[in-house]
Amino acid sequence: MTATTELEPDVQELERVTIRFAGDSGDGMQLTGTQFTRTAAVFGNDISTLPDFPAEIRAPAGSLPGVSGFQISFSSSEIHTPGDQPDVLVTMNPAALKTNIGDLPAGGALIVNKDAFTQQNLNKAAYASNPLTDGSLKAYTVFEVPISTLNERSLDGLDMTSKQKDLTKNFFALGLMFWLYERSMDPTMQWIDSKFGARPVVAEANKRALKAGYAFGETTEAFHTHYRVRPAKLPPGVYRNITGNEATALGFLVASRLADRQLFYGSYPITPASDILHQLSGYKTFGVKTFQAEDEIAAIGAAIGASYGGALALTASSGPGIALKTEAMGLAVMVELPLVVIDVQRAGPSTGMPTKNEQADLLQVMFGRNSDSPLPIVAPATPGECFDLAIEACRLALKYMTPVVYLSDAFLATGSEPWKIPSYADLPDISVTNATDPATFRPYLRDEATLARPWAVPGTPGLEHRIGGLEKADITGNVSYDPDNHHRMQLYRQAKVAGIANDITPLEVFGPDRGELLVVGWGSTYGAIRSAVELLQAAGESVAHAHLRHLNPFPANTESVLRNYRRVLIPEVNLGQLSMLIRAKYLIDAVGYDKVRGKPFRIAEIVDEARRLLAEQDSR
Amino acid sequence: MTDANGHGADTTTIAPQPALSPENAQVIQLTRKDFVSDQEVRWCPGCGDYSILAQTQKVMPDFGYARENIVFISGIGCSGRLPYYMNTYGFHTIHGRAPTLATGLKAARPDLMVWVITGDGDALSIGGNHVIHSMRRNVDINLVMFNNRIYGLTKGQASPTSEFGKKTKSTPLGSVDTPIIPLTIALAAEASFVARSVDTHTEHLQNTLERAGRHRGSSFVEVLQNCNIFNDGAWRDFTERDVREDRMLILEHGKPMIFGKDRDKGIRLQGLHPEVVTIGENGITETDLLVHDEHAEEPYLALMLSRMFWPAFPVPVGVLRSVDRPTHDRLIDDQIASAIARSGAGDLEGVLNGGETWTVE
Repeated sequence: MTATTELEPDVQELERVTIRFAGDSGDGMQLTGTQFTRTAAVFGNDISTLPDFPAEIRAPAGSLPGVSGFQISFSSSEIHTPGDQPDVLVTMNPAALKTNIGDLPAGGALIVNKDAFTQQNLNKAAYASNPLTDGSLKAYTVFEVPISTLNERSLDGLDMTSKQKDLTKNFFALGLMFWLYERSMDPTMQWIDSKFGARPVVAEANKRALKAGYAFGETTEAFHTHYRVRPAKLPPGVYRNITGNEATALGFLVASRLADRQLFYGSYPITPASDILHQLSGYKTFGVKTFQAEDEIAAIGAAIGASYGGALALTASSGPGIALKTEAMGLAVMVELPLVVIDVQRAGPSTGMPTKNEQADLLQVMFGRNSDSPLPIVAPATPGECFDLAIEACRLALKYMTPVVYLSDAFLATGSEPWKIPSYADLPDISVTNATDPATFRPYLRDEATLARPWAVPGTPGLEHRIGGLEKADITGNVSYDPDNHHRMQLYRQAKVAGIANDITPLEVFGPDRGELLVVGWGSTYGAIRSAVELLQAAGESVAHAHLRHLNPFPANTESVLRNYRRVLIPEVNLGQLSMLIRAKYLIDAVGYDKVRGKPFRIAEIVDEARRLLAEQDSR
Repeated sequence: MTDANGHGADTTTIAPQPALSPENAQVIQLTRKDFVSDQEVRWCPGCGDYSILAQTQKVMPDFGYARENIVFISGIGCSGRLPYYMNTYGFHTIHGRAPTLATGLKAARPDLMVWVITGDGDALSIGGNHVIHSMRRNVDINLVMFNNRIYGLTKGQASPTSEFGKKTKSTPLGSVDTPIIPLTIALAAEASFVARSVDTHTEHLQNTLERAGRHRGSSFVEVLQNCNIFNDGAWRDFTERDVREDRMLILEHGKPMIFGKDRDKGIRLQGLHPEVVTIGENGITETDLLVHDEHAEEPYLALMLSRMFWPAFPVPVGVLRSVDRPTHDRLIDDQIASAIARSGAGDLEGVLNGGETWTVE
């Protein structure tokens, strides 16, 4: 907590605060975090969030694997990450304390639900002694609050069981946080009404819990101070809070309008991509057709079928599902139909850690098909940017008649930030026309500029033709086993995708045009890299940041940008996949910084690695 | 279609298409030749596929669809080549996945007539899951499965319909796998139209394809097909001209199940099992025989027929089941239409500005 001004004895102004709520997965921590996020967003803070939850819907109550967490950072200035470490840790039980206390810096505030520290819960969390009494927490400012007892007392007289009453204790904790950070309870009160309107007793209980937590902060002497974080000075505009998956779904909906095509979405449920299906299936009034397929293969097969019929077609999954879609992606490459394949990456290999973050499918989507089978790859850098890159993916798919991979990840998908709502009129027209003229139509006669083949959809008279996975003869599209033709077609497919390099935004640099160190990233590492580079620049270091949104092909100026720096550092949440591509393509001696812990990078980690590299070259 | 900003107001680019009707057939005057493509047919000489192709081309003009509104989608295998020979739209996809592409195409484009051409390996081995799910959804496709009980294109391995004990290149000591019965699978998957015919029984095959094409919903047609290279005579025992009347049962809705050269054999229900009886023996008359009902709400009878096979029984051919239920594309469109009727067409600005917003000055 960076204190800036002492206002009065009981109010302290802060620039930025990071809170982590942690509890059992049945304790409603995600909801608590989301409510705090909404409130901070509407208040006008810049925010960034990191939900962290187990794959098990309900692991055994009180157990270590069952701990669910939600971190929010909110600030009066622009921020890019949910914070390296929490300033305040709220823990609802011993297991949550045990799994999260390691992230709380010395001196950090720890609020614990004292009532949950029973011998039974201590045993479940494998505590040999009670940390509240054995002195092990003396590095922290500990607030022991009997949350369960106080909460239950506030619900006296309501027709509910003790167990039902206990389910509202997360709102007591939320109320306390609202008091501590001077937040209005109104947005949450309204949410309670809209959510539980039909169940007045539940609504009343949640409201009382919230107010009781707030009142506890106000009246108790335990908390001497509350804190003020003013609204951030964001660029003017209308904002909303948005997660990456929300922005993704919205982006594709808008793209279908910009393309003037029906949107078809084929998908099979998989974490962390399922929310996109949920959201798109709610867009019936836009004519969006969603199809929950029997498996991942059927999902992409149906999407290719819809694309063949003239729709803007998408399929989505995460790494294991992408593996299953691989053969059909190759078919889409061969038949050269527009398609967007969304990969919301998660930690692998195999089932891996389904709810945890990783960006390790880059080489899978780049190369994971038989033969040379090139396709464009785009990757949003922030939750809000998921919207823009969805439109970009569709633009490329339609203009170049090609499948495009859109790489999101678990951190982007579930993390959120304030998003400046774009004006529809400012968005690009990405529509393309279907072939209609039988006199000039040849199924594989390519556009000279883009090398795209024509899109001739069934129902168009005179254009009856046959396509498929067998190699095509140039121009006619008939089946061909001619050796020279195959070589030519392979080169065409490669050249078509490579040519996109000149039709995308050039790689931009944040910082000096040339210098000692360029930190290059892609995807959700954006926030941590940008923050680290800002800190290094403020300390006078010659460091710049470049973030790739297009991973195949790279923007045309990529090599020249990279060569303007003595060294290139590539932090990735994988074991060096972009590093490998950069090194292979440009023979540039990029240094990878790879960490795969199922979590996003911390800013400090990248700062340290950059400093190590800077020192290394100084000593050369 | 496009406004001043270059943005279309309409989400569909597709005009309404002609209905499947005899009137239309008269308007769209087409013949078999109109459905023959310019591609050279490359099946082995003597293959049963030639006949299936010819009968398919023959019945096409009857449906009243213009050529551009018909799509043939196939998987991998010898059958997979058929779309190349049809002068319609065609898509030769990947192994086992043709029903998935057909499902997406039909959902996006309910106006099209979609045929899926597949084989016993393509449909029931690698693509088994998709066949089941396209049938239970009642996707409005006509799936024609060429069953030759062998992998032909890969030169002679056992297929999921190969007989138990069958010796093939991949099963030199005989297959240890119990074969599956295609029609039983289709019925269990809730297919709304299930039929069987034979490659060489041209008139019966034409009639069966015609019925399948006219059915709204999932049609599953098994065509018993001969692979004269790798499994010659697969069905010879009961399909040959001189024995077929005695060894096959031609199903006709509402008619008693009678077969035999002398029309004196029949099928009777004995307890829960079918039984072959002779009319005139032991006082048995036509009234004792089962009467075929392809429209029965529950497919008990059809399931029983699907399991009757030579030599224990005559092999039933014709339509086992034909029932009406809403098609997948129709259900999808109805949901959209009723959502729009309820709430109006989607408001993009409304969705973009959804939830809580705040303004930064």
